Amino acid sequence: MGLGAYVAVSAALFALGVVAIIVRRNVLYVLMGIEMILNAANINFVAFSHFQGGALDGRMFAIFTIILAAAEAAVALAIVLNVFYLFDSVRPSEADLLRE
Amino acid sequence: MDHILSWICFLPLIGMTAVILAPKGNNTLVKAISLVATGVPFLLATWLYFSFDKTTASYQFVQRFDWIPLLGAQYYVGIDGLSIALIFLTTLLLFIAVPASFSIEKAQKAYYALLLLLEVGILGVFISLDYFLFYVFWEIMLLPMYFLIGIWGGPRREYAAIKFFLYTLTGSVLMLVAIVALRLDSGTFSIPEMMNLARSGQLTGASLPGGGQLIGLEFATWIFWFLFIGFAIKVPVFPFHTWLPDAHVQAPTPISVILAGILLKLGGYGMLRACFPLVPTAFRESCFALGVLGVVSIVYGAYVALGQTDFKRMVAYSSVSHMGYVLLGFAALTEWGYYGAATQMFNHGTSSAVMFLVVGVIYDRAHHRDLNGFGGLAQVMPRYWALTTLGFFAAMGLPGLAGFVSEAMTLVGAYSAPDPVFKLFVLISVIGLVITAAFLLWAIQRVFLGNLNEKYKDYTDMSPREIFCQAPLLFLCVVLGIFPFFLLDWMEPSVVQMVDFLKTAGS
Amino acid sequence: MKFDPSTDFGLLLAVLLIPLIGYTIQIFFGKKLPRQGDWMLTGGMGVVMLITVYLAIKAIAAGAHGDGHAVDFLHSSQDHGFAFKWLFDEAKGPGLLNVVAGILYDPLGAVMLAVVGIVCFCVHLFSIGYMQGDRRYHIFFANISLFSFAMLGLVLADNILFLFLFWEIMGLMSYLLIGHFSQDPSNPFFHRWATWASKKAFLTTRIGDCLLFIGIFIFYREFTTAWETVPAFKEALPRFQPFLFTDMWEMGRLVVAQNGGEFPAWMTAAGLCCFGGTIGKSAQFPLHIWLPDAMAGPTPVSAMIHAATMVAAGVFLLGRMYPLMSPEVLAVVTVVGATTALFAATIGMVVYDIKAVLAYSTISQLGFMVAAVGMGGLVAGMFHMVTHAFFKACLFLSAGSVIHGCHHVQDMRLMGGVRKHMPVTFVCMLVCTAAIAGVYQFSGYFSKDAILLAGWASVLDNAVFSGWNLYALISLAIAAMFTAFYMFRLIFMTFFGEYRGNLETHMYSAQIAAEGVEGPEPHAHDDHHGDEHGHDAHLPHEAPLRRNPMTISLVILAVFAVPGVAALLNGWITHLMTPLSMYGPTAGAFAAEKISEGILDHDSHLGRQAHYLAVGVSLFVATAGIVAAWFLYVRRRDLPEVITTKLGLVYTAVRRRYFVDEMIDIAFIQPTLKLTTFFRTFDEKVVDGFVLLNGSIHKGLAFFMAWIDKTIVDGLVNLVGLVSQAFGAATRLLQTGRIQQYAAFAVAGGLLLASWLILS
Repeated sequence: MGLGAYVAVSAALFALGVVAIIVRRNVLYVLMGIEMILNAANINFVAFSHFQGGALDGRMFAIFTIILAAAEAAVALAIVLNVFYLFDSVRPSEADLLRE
Repeated sequence: MDHILSWICFLPLIGMTAVILAPKGNNTLVKAISLVATGVPFLLATWLYFSFDKTTASYQFVQRFDWIPLLGAQYYVGIDGLSIALIFLTTLLLFIAVPASFSIEKAQKAYYALLLLLEVGILGVFISLDYFLFYVFWEIMLLPMYFLIGIWGGPRREYAAIKFFLYTLTGSVLMLVAIVALRLDSGTFSIPEMMNLARSGQLTGASLPGGGQLIGLEFATWIFWFLFIGFAIKVPVFPFHTWLPDAHVQAPTPISVILAGILLKLGGYGMLRACFPLVPTAFRESCFALGVLGVVSIVYGAYVALGQTDFKRMVAYSSVSHMGYVLLGFAALTEWGYYGAATQMFNHGTSSAVMFLVVGVIYDRAHHRDLNGFGGLAQVMPRYWALTTLGFFAAMGLPGLAGFVSEAMTLVGAYSAPDPVFKLFVLISVIGLVITAAFLLWAIQRVFLGNLNEKYKDYTDMSPREIFCQAPLLFLCVVLGIFPFFLLDWMEPSVVQMVDFLKTAGS
Repeated sequence: MKFDPSTDFGLLLAVLLIPLIGYTIQIFFGKKLPRQGDWMLTGGMGVVMLITVYLAIKAIAAGAHGDGHAVDFLHSSQDHGFAFKWLFDEAKGPGLLNVVAGILYDPLGAVMLAVVGIVCFCVHLFSIGYMQGDRRYHIFFANISLFSFAMLGLVLADNILFLFLFWEIMGLMSYLLIGHFSQDPSNPFFHRWATWASKKAFLTTRIGDCLLFIGIFIFYREFTTAWETVPAFKEALPRFQPFLFTDMWEMGRLVVAQNGGEFPAWMTAAGLCCFGGTIGKSAQFPLHIWLPDAMAGPTPVSAMIHAATMVAAGVFLLGRMYPLMSPEVLAVVTVVGATTALFAATIGMVVYDIKAVLAYSTISQLGFMVAAVGMGGLVAGMFHMVTHAFFKACLFLSAGSVIHGCHHVQDMRLMGGVRKHMPVTFVCMLVCTAAIAGVYQFSGYFSKDAILLAGWASVLDNAVFSGWNLYALISLAIAAMFTAFYMFRLIFMTFFGEYRGNLETHMYSAQIAAEGVEGPEPHAHDDHHGDEHGHDAHLPHEAPLRRNPMTISLVILAVFAVPGVAALLNGWITHLMTPLSMYGPTAGAFAAEKISEGILDHDSHLGRQAHYLAVGVSLFVATAGIVAAWFLYVRRRDLPEVITTKLGLVYTAVRRRYFVDEMIDIAFIQPTLKLTTFFRTFDEKVVDGFVLLNGSIHKGLAFFMAWIDKTIVDGLVNLVGLVSQAFGAATRLLQTGRIQQYAAFAVAGGLLLASWLILS
């Protein structure tokens, strides 16, 4: 299996994430979409690192990203909770205060 | 007492701080502080007057150190025979102005604070020997005056204050240009050093771009006229005089007293200290023009004064006429002329102050100044009538009173001027003498004689406070008329040296 | 009895200081002193009189010793270290700049000083009675005291600047004294009159003063220049002081000598200017207009002004400046004096106010003195000044006494018959009238005779002859006749006939009804004097001697006019006053060249001729005048009206005082006022207008600039804003606030970017 396959999986995953972010009406799915995009990037990091001579840096980044994603998920869930309290819903289209 | 000049000059500043810090509403304290803050400099100035060395023309009580090294500006103060009498006059008049202001009710703290600041500015100008310092004090003086007229003045005070401010500021700006040019050319701000350069003919602007020429005129000529107009506005010389009647009419009495008594003298003093000696060649070329301006001021001022119906305007125009003698004396370029001009500055300081106080006395009672609206006041106010008559005759130059000495010396000086046309000037200015007598007598007649206006029959005579304000000035008018050497001996060496300098320097 | 510098200068100083100190005390404490201080000042003036008379006796003694002694009688206190340094306190070399004042005591000064002392004392004494009850009694005394001081100072001043100083102080005092009633509303007539009369007097004389001032300049300037440039002058006068009389005379002599015996033109100019001072002060034509109005002051003041002070100062100045006057100046002096003498005499004949008659007679007599000096009769002029001072003071005081007696009426048509009620006054007045008319052996006879003698001498002697002198001589002779006429007219109208003051109708009723009363209106009903003295309110009365000393003064002054005393005076003065004694040996000889009296030797043919002519003419004119007056005002009292009607227009012109006041008003005063208005308007409209225009231009410019700033400069800024705003509004449409939409945009943008990167 060559590099192309990994990149293809990664691209598919990325596209799925994007679609989830844009299309889904529940903010939790949006968060999942974000996680998918992050993981698509992780796949890329690991794959490129592997095919570039086995240096550890790509994998290091992937681990960082996973940790960051965990932290981000915690923060995001907190935000979602607040959004829910504020708007009484978890639909992103309702929370349009950024417009102001 | 090495720092005596600085003490005299800055004591009022301490007084001003005290006035500002005084508890709000305690006006008695404010007045007391002001009296002390002007009284102490007056006593010091009296001491200074009598410890002054009359035998030398050099600067005395000098203090000198660097102030702004970057600019070359120094704190350089000292006095000579030309300034000593005016310092005495300033401290005296300010000391009188405080009790004369007791009838003012509005914003007293601010008023006295500004008054004291004004004194700092005036005294600073008289003691400065550094042109930068001179200019700084000159401008310091302008601001309190603006507010004193603009806040405590009569109905058209804003107009008068703005007119005064803009007029004098115009002069200041011209002066500033000249000062900068002089600084660039000479490399110093020190007036004595500039005079030394001028003596040897080096202050010609040769080092500046253009090499001493600007639009076909000599550098010195430019400098001279810039400085001259700057000071002439202050004097004021015809045709720069129209701010004066408005400022006087609107200003409260004590401010008029200071304005006529001292501020006008700053113009004359400025010419003598900081204009003529720096560009003596240009001055000598302009003597004729200066003489014409002087004569026109004398005669024109007297005529216009004769035509006034407002008491204060009349007195204001009489100042234009009297200050014309100063200019005529300067232009004559003889020792008598300079003695005359220098004493005229002092004597006009006392007599015009008396005249404005006189107007103030009646204005405080009648609240108008229309000469035709009075009449017969001598019947109810005999003391006021007597003091007014004495003051007016002093202003008229009656022999035996101070004005005569200065006017006679000026005219004799002008008559002996090297330029024969000055003889004609003297003949013309004698018309001014007659007209002056006419308008003063006419004013006395209209105010004091004739039938007593019923409205005024309950008026009280002058209060002790009002007499206290006028008495020292009238005393000076009489004493200096009989013993003029109390002025002349002091200024003699400086005048002799100055005339000699102006006649010979730079050629 | 010789003049002793060590003590006598002290006495002379005391003469000056006594009235001055008296004045100072009086002005501050006068009201609180008992009797308002009149005794103090009168007593002081009495001491002054004694001193001056004592010193004058010394001078007369020197003169009586023979010619030699009088010549030495010229004392300058500066030679004895008795000096006041005026301008500078320090010695300034042979100073041209310094003014040192001292006392000059010479025959002229000695005589004049005594005259002033006596007359001033008499006036003080008279005022005690006359001014009683005045509301400003103490001020009046203070003022006449300072007035006397000024005149005494003027006589004693040894330099022209101090003479001028006292001269002007006198002007001030005359202003205050003439205006004495100007604050007394109880007398409306004087109240109004005094107010403008005092101003008029001051301003008119000030014109003369200014001329004198210029004259002083010219002398100062030219003398100093000459002294500095010509070494010979420096040698002759090593300690030259340009204002000192003695030095001026000496310089005048030297300058003329250097100029080949001719007076340089500038000396003529300067002399004319100095004479201008005399014209003003001594009320010569055309500046005489102030003197008739000066009687708005109280009568004692008129006596003082008309006799020994003020007007005498002008003539005294001529005496002081005589050596410096060129023949041309003297010609002018002659003409002005003679014209004034004649001109004023004609007016004196037609006025009815008793004080106005005396006022015009003063002008006329001053004309005599001035003309005398001009014709070379220097001593005669000075002598006439002395005799005139006494009899005119007496006449005025007598007139005051009459007015006082007649309940303050001044119109002679309302008097008459006063002789019976006021005998002492009548006698005094008659004596003095005889003197002024030039009746044989009375004082005026001697002085007028001397003037005519000098005139004849100058006319007869070809060396000094000029046509002007002949003109002057004829004018003076006619004027002398007129004088005799109008003075006796005064006597006859006032003292003879019956008292008309309380008659309903009398010979002048119609005229008075047509023209009105001259002077104040009679107000018999509220007369307080009658009640006070307890006799008939409607008849004149002599002032009671016990209660006031008015008559004493009259008698003292009249004594100097009576025959015998007059002859003595004549002898003393002619012996004492000679050019040599008045100006010192060198300058005196120089001055004597112009003096026609100098050529007079009574034994010579010419001298006798002149003498007889003078005596003959003066006796003839005096007699003719008196007889005419008697004929017209005693014998045929109906004639004057006939004559005046016949004269018609001429009479009107004289009666209106030749319209001089009106002409001066039209020629000078109105133009001055017009000029004043013009200048005022000019100042307000043009000069200030220029400033305001300047201001307006800048203001307009400022508004224009503000407009530009607002619309264009700020407009550009706003445009930028507007554009951004529009852009913002457009982009705002994209801002839905929906995160998903944003994300979609981001992805779309990313895709676009990627596709651009890939495709390019």
